Amino acid sequence: MNVSVPKSKSLDITAIRQEFPILNREVKGRPLIYLDNAATTQKPQQVIDALIHYYTNYNANIHRGIHTLAEEATAAFEQTRDAVKSFIGAGSREEIIFTRGTTEGINLVAYSWGRKNIRTGDEIIISNMEHHSNIVPWQLLCEEKGAVLKVIPINDNGELIQEEYEKMLGPKTKLVSLVHVSNALGTVNPVKQMIARAHAVGAVFMVDGAQSAVHLEINVTDLDCDFFAFSAHKLYGPTGVGVLYGKRALLESMPPFQAGGEMIKEVTLQKTTFNDLPYKFEAGTPNIADVIAFKSALHFVHSIGKDKIRKHEQDLMDYAHLELEKIPGLTIIGKAKEKVSVVSFVIEKAHPQDIGILLDNRGIAVRTGHHCAQPLMDRFCIPGTARASFAVYNSRYEIDELVKGLQRVVKILS
Amino acid sequence: MNPHLNIAETEKEIIEEFALFDSWDDKYEYIIDMGKRLSPLDPKFKTDENRVRGCQSSVWLVADFRDGKLFFHADSDAMIVKGLISMLIRVLSGRTADEIIEAKMDFIREIGMTTHLAQTRSNGLLSMVKQMKHYALAYKIKDPVPSKN
Repeated sequence: MNVSVPKSKSLDITAIRQEFPILNREVKGRPLIYLDNAATTQKPQQVIDALIHYYTNYNANIHRGIHTLAEEATAAFEQTRDAVKSFIGAGSREEIIFTRGTTEGINLVAYSWGRKNIRTGDEIIISNMEHHSNIVPWQLLCEEKGAVLKVIPINDNGELIQEEYEKMLGPKTKLVSLVHVSNALGTVNPVKQMIARAHAVGAVFMVDGAQSAVHLEINVTDLDCDFFAFSAHKLYGPTGVGVLYGKRALLESMPPFQAGGEMIKEVTLQKTTFNDLPYKFEAGTPNIADVIAFKSALHFVHSIGKDKIRKHEQDLMDYAHLELEKIPGLTIIGKAKEKVSVVSFVIEKAHPQDIGILLDNRGIAVRTGHHCAQPLMDRFCIPGTARASFAVYNSRYEIDELVKGLQRVVKILS
Repeated sequence: MNPHLNIAETEKEIIEEFALFDSWDDKYEYIIDMGKRLSPLDPKFKTDENRVRGCQSSVWLVADFRDGKLFFHADSDAMIVKGLISMLIRVLSGRTADEIIEAKMDFIREIGMTTHLAQTRSNGLLSMVKQMKHYALAYKIKDPVPSKN
């Protein structure tokens, strides 16, 4: 695009944008302004190249073959596991399980750990700001086991009420599964202290890191969480790849989630013994190409530096807050003190769907609706919001364009 | 609706109106204006039974049958969708069941609605048309000879 993008203090955003070919396209005759990064981020050229390179040069099934292609593919696949291990500060590579995404990671824990450990009368704690994928698996588990699902309420700013959490914790608490960063509000939850509190009553703690992995420095060892799940596609990587981190002792004690090839050690028709970690949880041929390309996404983030990315995104968010609040009738939903990269809002007399259609007509992509967090929308008594979410390639110029678009929305709809 | 025009003529009229606008911004403004002019729907009809499933917004659609013709009434919480329904009502309301069932509704494509709106949303539009045709079919089966009362 031919618009001048102001340089951030420490990042050359113009140069970064050039790494994302999709940002050159037009939508409805205007340069694309992509502000739906909490749904999925765009992919840098090196990720796209890694996919093409894999299929062009060394496509093969992994772990089993002894030919050259299989060895190369296996090595590349396992290199991503090592890269993920460093990225989240895990103790060992065996604690990194590849999944299809965050949702599968949560379901794996609910199915495998949950069905083994949850009994009638046990309690599982989630919060009022969870994505449906961190609600429904636990509802199903509670229903099946006769366990009780408890929900940490939130205040009007969209922050968890810690006193209520403290009150809920007790000898019956077996698991806390909590979103690290809310997809609909951007709230950053103080998981480290909450994990310590849960551990004090002997509960296991799972972190839904779908939104946090891309924005925050993640160190699972420092957090001391028992499980941490996230997705590659929200982290500049390909779709269809996720990671479940689990503490080794827990993973070893858990039964397999899915059965098939790869996850077995020995199969007779009478008895099967299972493979070691992490392969015990990776039944069938995995998503080899996308896992390999994910390493390039991690490299992309690493080469810029998460601290610099966060600073840039924080600047964008603060600027967006400032400018959006000037629009008459606009209310920002979610004003937590600790917040990243998401601005959710409603406008008087404007249905989120109308906002989304009219912005799209100007080439601006935002997400509208309930963001798969209906209980959260109910909490604020709204059907949904419009949400702008930022990534490293976004600029203040794009927020100015969003504001212009919204001014037009207000004019047309009022 | 203009009672002197038949379905095809009304469709043609809408196509001509849309041809007057250069930009989609203006077209949307026009659609929203049509929505604002739609007669309000009695809240008692806003039930789940009368709801047409869409992706993000709610649409309520009811029909009544007078003098052998169907009359549609509708509302939505979203303005663009409401405007789209008002166009459908303009074309289909006050027609006989057979006219509604046979209506081609080509104007939706002609004015660019199917290509301009994402699949999910134009499915919403198409499911409203389907619902209106269902009403017509239901009345036809219930009352094969148009009644005089």
